[in-house]
Amino acid sequence: MTAGTADFEALLREALAPVDPPADLAQRLELTLVNLTELAQDELESWELRSMRDPRNWVRPAAAAVVGATAGTALVVLRVRGRHRGRQQQSGNLIELGQRTLQDFAEEARRVLPDR
Amino acid sequence: MADPLPKNKTELDARFTELYRAHLRDVYSYSYYRVGNHHDAEDLTEQTFLQAYRHFERALRESDGRPLRPWLIRIAHNLAANFYRDRARKPESAIEDAGVIPSPHTTESLVEGREELKAILAGVAQLPDDRREALIMRFALGMDNREIARALGRTDGATKVLLHRAIRQLEGIVAQPERDEASR
Repeated sequence: MTAGTADFEALLREALAPVDPPADLAQRLELTLVNLTELAQDELESWELRSMRDPRNWVRPAAAAVVGATAGTALVVLRVRGRHRGRQQQSGNLIELGQRTLQDFAEEARRVLPDR
Repeated sequence: MADPLPKNKTELDARFTELYRAHLRDVYSYSYYRVGNHHDAEDLTEQTFLQAYRHFERALRESDGRPLRPWLIRIAHNLAANFYRDRARKPESAIEDAGVIPSPHTTESLVEGREELKAILAGVAQLPDDRREALIMRFALGMDNREIARALGRTDGATKVLLHRAIRQLEGIVAQPERDEASR
């Protein structure tokens, strides 16, 4: 490498100095990742408790646990949780609410996780 | 020796947190120099890590212990390509007004060389995409040839040639105004 090339590369290194992300981006992103993880876990736990009372629902929590390993699923959970109140109003009893929730999960998963 | 694969979700999340903390600055720097402004760079960085989180387990399995930085940068690279395609736009200027980013280690010499650095940044913006990206990875992120090759999906040899040509072309672009000036 010639001296000229070395000088030019040094200038290039200075020109393309690493850029520090804004502090609020780091905080926001970290919070998003933590929330995604925790929400997915909370939702699965309460959902499992309800579903496990009825053996006919055992397959679904198992499938959810497998899918629940990803942030994509957490997004599904977030959206489905957001519509919880609406489903409650539409449902006459707990079984109906459970069915609506499962249906909502399935539809949302198809939208958010098309490659699965 | 490579770390063993995580045994459960908690370990997986801990590993992802390590990756995120180690490479947030890399992903942000790459995004910034790709899209040319802080607002879009933040979006791109956020999307990159969410996408990475989604596929992290598989990436760990398939990486065979190799560093994951090229994989992260490749995600950012693909998202940046979609970013332009989706919005059907190009950066108005490659880097905000081709201004020099204050280095975390600002020195007097950097201030003295500011015009020269601006000319280099403007030159980088004129390079073909693959050459520009290779230079960003090498000089902004400090990636070696092998890492760049993995991020760009090329061979080590092809990457070496790409970098060499990118630097030569950039030298030519930067020197051109000086030559024009001298011939007047």
